[in-house]
Parts: sequence; structure tokens; C-alpha cells
Amino acid sequence: MAQLVSTTINGDKVEYACQPDESLLDVLRNRLGLTGAKEGCGTGDCGACSIILDGRLTCSCLVLGAEMDGRSLETIEGMADGAALHPLQKNFIDHAALQCGICTPGFLMAAQALLRKNPDPSEEEIRFGLAGNLCRCTGYDKIVRAVQATATELKLAKRSA
Amino acid sequence: MPLDTSLVRKEFKVIGQRVTRPDGIDKVTGRAKYGADAFAPGQLIALVLRSPHAHARIKKIDTSKAEKLAGVKAVITAADLPDHTGGDRGMRDILENCMARKKVLYDGHAVAAVAAVDERTAREALKLIRVDYEILPHVTEVDEALKPGAPLLHDDIFTDGIEPKPTKSSNYIKRAEYGHGDIEAGFAEADFIIEKSYKTEQAHQGYIEPHSCLANVSPDGTAELWVCTQGHFVYRNQCATLLGMDANKLRVTASEIGGGFGGKTHLWAEPLALALSRKANRPVKLTMSREEVFRCTGPTSSSSIDVKIGAKNDGTITAAFAELRYQNGAFPFTWAEFGAMTAWACYDFKNVKSVSKDVVLNRPKCAAYRAPSAPIAAFAVESTMDMVAHKIGMDPIELRLKNAAKQGTKSSYGPVYGPIGIGPTLEAARNHPHWKAPLGKNMGRGMACGFWFNFGGQTCVDVNVTPDGNVTAAVGTIDVGGSRASLAMAVAEELGVKYDNVRVIVADTSSLGHNDMTDGSRGTFSSSMAAIDATRKAVTNLRERAAKTWEIPVEDVVWEDGEATPKGEKYGNLKTLTLKDLAAGAGRTGGPIAGHSEIVADGAGVSFGTHICDVEVDMETGRSLIKRYTVIQDAGKAMHPSYVEGQYQGGAVQGIGWALNEEYVYGKDGRLQNAGFLDYRIPVCSDLPFIDTLILEIPNPHHPYGVRGVGETPIVPPLGAIGNAISHATGVRQTHVPMSPPRVLKSLKGNR
Repeated sequence: MAQLVSTTINGDKVEYACQPDESLLDVLRNRLGLTGAKEGCGTGDCGACSIILDGRLTCSCLVLGAEMDGRSLETIEGMADGAALHPLQKNFIDHAALQCGICTPGFLMAAQALLRKNPDPSEEEIRFGLAGNLCRCTGYDKIVRAVQATATELKLAKRSA
Repeated sequence: MPLDTSLVRKEFKVIGQRVTRPDGIDKVTGRAKYGADAFAPGQLIALVLRSPHAHARIKKIDTSKAEKLAGVKAVITAADLPDHTGGDRGMRDILENCMARKKVLYDGHAVAAVAAVDERTAREALKLIRVDYEILPHVTEVDEALKPGAPLLHDDIFTDGIEPKPTKSSNYIKRAEYGHGDIEAGFAEADFIIEKSYKTEQAHQGYIEPHSCLANVSPDGTAELWVCTQGHFVYRNQCATLLGMDANKLRVTASEIGGGFGGKTHLWAEPLALALSRKANRPVKLTMSREEVFRCTGPTSSSSIDVKIGAKNDGTITAAFAELRYQNGAFPFTWAEFGAMTAWACYDFKNVKSVSKDVVLNRPKCAAYRAPSAPIAAFAVESTMDMVAHKIGMDPIELRLKNAAKQGTKSSYGPVYGPIGIGPTLEAARNHPHWKAPLGKNMGRGMACGFWFNFGGQTCVDVNVTPDGNVTAAVGTIDVGGSRASLAMAVAEELGVKYDNVRVIVADTSSLGHNDMTDGSRGTFSSSMAAIDATRKAVTNLRERAAKTWEIPVEDVVWEDGEATPKGEKYGNLKTLTLKDLAAGAGRTGGPIAGHSEIVADGAGVSFGTHICDVEVDMETGRSLIKRYTVIQDAGKAMHPSYVEGQYQGGAVQGIGWALNEEYVYGKDGRLQNAGFLDYRIPVCSDLPFIDTLILEIPNPHHPYGVRGVGETPIVPPLGAIGNAISHATGVRQTHVPMSPPRVLKSLKGNR
């Protein structure tokens, strides 16, 4: 029997029906058209499906769509403010932190969660903060640099504010 | 016709800048559409039933129960894919690999497929298919598969390259030999000889995006295929052959590709999606699970290699020999031969020989993996070179410099080299601060060199000027990591306009002529050649339009900085015509303004790199940590330096993963035991330091800007460099990749 779920995604109220065994990732992609979260493994090993669930970085393939009633979800589709990219998004482009780009939405979600928790991370903290996300193209070098640049930028912006 | 390279430029306005890539915004906002991101109205979901056995005869397949399940719209077996290959062994192997016919040849080999209204129903249907197998003995190790009496996969493989040709079939596909001089005489001249045997285990490309496609066959016999691939034209041609279609009736659109590294140059399940769609008369989406990607798509070979080097005490190599035995998985190819060709390519030896033995066994069909076969050979060769240097107390870079190939050297695989980068990368390594930096406790430093041929191939580009004076370019070679930016830069450079005025797309198979796949590091090399050619033709066209407008000879029109000017004082009163002016007037001067290029991009310059790495080994656990890593490589000309660096870094880290962790583990039952990212562990961010890069530019004389492919060479040196570093840290020569903690620990204990 399908379950009826009422939840919040990127600030919008959303209602959907899904099977009890359907992952949140499948609901996002197949029922809601939010294909920014990717399935790289379906077992929580690669982080390509990362979203932020009630403030916490989560693999959407490891939770069920039916569990989302009354929750609050942030996905890559909600990261930019209209036409204005989030500084992380801009820095990923400027620092060439993506090649094929399939892991990028997951990395951006993970980096977002990291910087909220720790606005001034060391290189090591960034590396461990992003260790749940796999990238096969870049060797992570430019990803770490993009996150470092964003942290610096956000700090400066805060100071001047 | 070769392109005019006399214009190889020293000064560029756009090339070499770090511009913003055109697909960047879509990729950071989640809008970019990859293989699994397409949906069609009424689409069905396909799943594939796969063999649990490494080797078995299929006695019977009963699909009747599955067909009767509500929601199932089509079930197919090999019977639904009649052989249209007309005796082409290569195509028949692709067909048999996509769907087993009489025998299953590896754990994961497809035996049937279903299309149903949803994934749940498809999963139920798979459980209802009954397959009767007669299990056969299997073999999964290369040296075992070569032995007489080994389980036989195919009854029609009679070893090529052996005289007289065997009359008895075996798993031994082909023997090949490369080299020159007289190695026996060379070994006799040597002051000492070092011999060593090596093994490397099987590694997967590990792209994060599983294979996915959406097939839509119409009742009129035409079809569309949306697919993640490194070569949609090749997929079009091969799928059409396998389905018995005319190629013009199958339109293939390439999605954004979530990594390929060679693994998406081969068909795996796309013909099944087309066959299901044809049978069900509905669109069919087929997406592999990660487990399927590991079990049933093509990793690179595992190998067993013997190396012998003879040298003088002054470091002169008098003779070098290698025998390379590679497995190809269940279907024949020549992966070991690639190893034999690349093994000694960095060096200028008087007497050199390599022998390859290609073998089939009960593992998935091997596929290309970034400079396929070369890292394996380089591990064995570079480790032995390191032993030679160690033996005579010579700096390993000096030893290599003394023996390095140079312009004019006859390479070990035949051709004579033009200007090449092996010497310069070695010199840069010797002068790099990394090479002299102090090492800490339990640390070792290693270096190694690498080579890749690079490739050009068939390429098409269309350049069109829009009526408002901007430019579009359509290319047929897939962009795997940023080439659209480089191509827009090339068009902008030639036209003398801004990068932002040019937009590049990858066109579908019905829009351009055939293009080869993005392999052989050919993407940017060949597409930029065609883009430059097409743009130069557009410039000729623009000059003609200006000449017509001014009513002067075309020879008197100069094109510079995006505008036409008349040459000479006599035209003093004629006003410059900009691209915008000419575009607006195109309807009056001959119609749309365009340039087209259809070429074979010959002259891909060979590529060399040298890597240095520092490794710290935990002597208690055998775990190795990369502490510092430097990549030095010749790019010919780096069109977009950030993405060249990205190729260097990414390739090095794939090599690091292979060197330290990644391997296919097969059980005695012939089944793959680690088909997932948890147990097949690729490097994560916290495993690594920053990867330093140094780009050298020794122009390729055959490319108008001097470009060489850069994508593959970076994965060639890491296995050797890391092996040498761990060997120095531990004092024990490492001979088996990956040098995982248990294996390194075992080597330490064996030494005590």
C-alpha cells in the first residue's frame, strides 16, 4: 500500500505517495523530478545522493521516502538563491573542482553541511568532512581548494557584515 | 589533408586561459542530465538476470512464469537477439557478452532480461525465470588459465603468433613480440643482470555513474537511444549491427557522462534495452546497479610479468627483456600486447625485447582503463629499473636520464620518435624541490616514468555563425571532463572573438558524421584540430562575404580580431566589417555562414610523464600513506591548464588507489567477492595529500597549437613510483599490486 507523505523540500511544502520500501532517493528522482541527487551505489558508500535532512548530512539512498513526513529536506536544487550561486557552487566552478560532475551535487551538500558546523576547517577537517563522498575524476585536490576558498570568503563576508 | 601547422603559435589570446566551463552551472545546480536522468512517457524499467556461476552450459531457460506476471511487458533471452554479425568475431563477442548464448563464461554474465511497469515488478519477474545450468570447471588466474588442461572457455581460439599455428584450441589467444637488437648479446655484455617477477591484480575504472540508457524503438523500425557513453557514434554503429538495423534509423544522444575512463567505450547492456523496447513497443530504461557494474562490466587485466635487465656498472643498460601475461576476461583481445608495446617505450636501449601472452579466463570481459595495460607493464619495468639504480648506487633519475629516449630514438615498439618529453620531465623531476626534500621516519621516496601512445581518429565539427553574430559549434566526440571549454577557446582564438561568444554542444548521431570514441586521450586533441579546421573554413567564408560586400578580390581581405579589413591604402574609405555585420548581412551574401570539418586527426603526439612520491609505511599494520606526490608531464600545449592539472591529479589518484588498495577478489567458486564500493575501496579525500603538478609544454608538431593528449599518461607511473617508495621505506622489494596492508605486512614478515 502506498504511503502518503507531507514534507518540506527546499522550503516548499511537498506531498507525495510512495511504496513503503522505496528509498528517499528513488522518491526524489522518480516521483518528484529532483534528479540532482545521483545514485552511484545505492548502499551509502559513495555519497552521490547526499542531501541535508533536518540539518544533518544524509545519504538519501539509506532512508525511506515514507519516513519523511513532517521533515525538512535540502537538496542541490535548493542551494542557489535564484540566479545567484552559493559561494560553494561558484568556487567549485572557478577552481575546476569538477570534471564529469556526477559527484558534484553530493560534494556540495557535504561541504555545505561541513561549513555550517565548522566555518573554519583545517585541511584535515575538510578531508575528513568529505571522506564519505567518492570522486573518481579529480583526485580531490581542487575540491579541497574550492572548499578552503569558500570558507575564507564566508569568513571575510561575516567580518565585514 | 594535414592541417597547416606552420602557424603553431607562440602567442595566444584565449588558449591557455582558465575560462569558466560551459557545463559548470548545470553541474553545480543539479540540472545536468546524466544517463539515468532521462524519463520517457510510458517507460518501462528493465532488469537483467545474471549467472551466479563462473562457467556453465545453459541447458534450458524457462521464462513462461515471468511472462505471465502482471506488469511484465517483455522478457528476452539470447533467442531474441539473433546473430546478425555476419562472421565478425569481434561483434559476435560483443553480442555474446551482452547476452550469453550457449555458455555463461563468468559470474554475472547476462542470461535473460525483463521490462516491466516498475522496478518491483521487474525484480519479481527475474525470480520467476528458471535457468538450468550444467556447471563446468572454471579458471580465474592468468597463469592457471595458460596451463595445459586448464578449463577451456572457447573451442575456437587457436593461439595467434605461434608457428606452426596450434591445431588444438586453448585459452592462449595470442603471442606477440616487440623490440630490436640482440638481447642475448646484450646480456652477455652486462656487468650484472637483475631478474624479477611481478603480479598485478584486476582493477575497475570505478566511475561513479553506473551505466544507464533509455531505449525507444518505434514500430516503424526507427529507434532512439539516450545513453551515457564515451562514444555515441560507435554505440550507434554497434547497436545497429547487433539489432539488425540500418545505422541511420538509430539516433543516439549522449547524456552527460559520469566518468568512463575507458569503461564506457564498450557496449554492456544497451542492446538489451533496445531489444526489450522493440519487443514491448514501449520506451525502456535500463540502469545497472553498482554490483552489476563491478560484476559485469569490464575492469582492466590482472597480470603476471617477468622482467630481466642487464647493465654495466656505469648505468648503461645493455639488454632488457619482459614477458607479459595478461588476462582479457572471458573474451579475446590484445591487452597484453599493449603492455608489450608500452613496457620499454621510455627508453633508448640497443637490445630490447618484450613478449606478450594474451589469455582468456572466467572473469568479465576486460575493457580499456585509462592508458590500458601500460600501468601494469610500467610497474614491472620501473620497479626493475629502480633495482638497477639501487644496485650500483646511482640516483634513479640519473639512471633513467642516461637511458632515456629522445628525438630520433627508434622506440621499442617500432616508430622513431619526434620531439618528446621524457628527458625534460626527468630533468624537471631532478630539479624539483620534492626530489631533495628530507624524509621522515618509516618513509620512502620513489619515482617512475610512464608513456602512452595517444590517438587521433575520425572527427567532425560544425561551426555556425548565428544571425546576431555569435557562434555555435557542434562536436561529435564526447566531452568527458571539460573539452567543450577547450573547443570554444579554439574557435574563439581562430575567429578572434571572445570565449563567451562561442557555445559548444555535443551533437547526436543524426547531426554529424561518424566520430570515434573519446579514448586514447583524443578528445581535446582531435576535436580541437577539427574545430580549428572548421573555424578556418568559416573565416575563409567570412572573408569571401566581405569581399562580395566591398566588391574587391578576396585576397585583399584580412581577418583579424573578429573583423574583416581591406588590405592596402587603396581601400582607405571602406569601413571595417565585424562578425556581427557580416552575420546580419548573410542572407544577401550567400546564406548562412559556417565552417565544417571532417578529418582523421593524425599525428597525436606521444606522451611521457615522471612522478615522484613519498610514502609512510606503518610497519605494524603494513598500511601505506601517501605523504607527498608530484606529477610532471608534457602536455604539448595546455589549452586549459586547470583541466590539464585535473587530468594529472585524477589519473595519479586512480593509480594510487590501484597501487594501494583496489583489487577484484575472487572466491574458489569463481564468484566476485567484493562487488561494491565498501569492499572495493577507491581512494577518499582523507587518504590523500594535495597532488602537485608541473605542466611541461613540448609542442606536438602535428597539431596547430602543439597539443598532445594528456588524459591517460598520469595513471601509468603511480604503481611503479609507489612500489619503489614502499620498497625503500621497508627495505623489501614490492612485487605484487595492490600493495595493500596485508600484502605489505606479509612481505615484511617473509623478510624477517
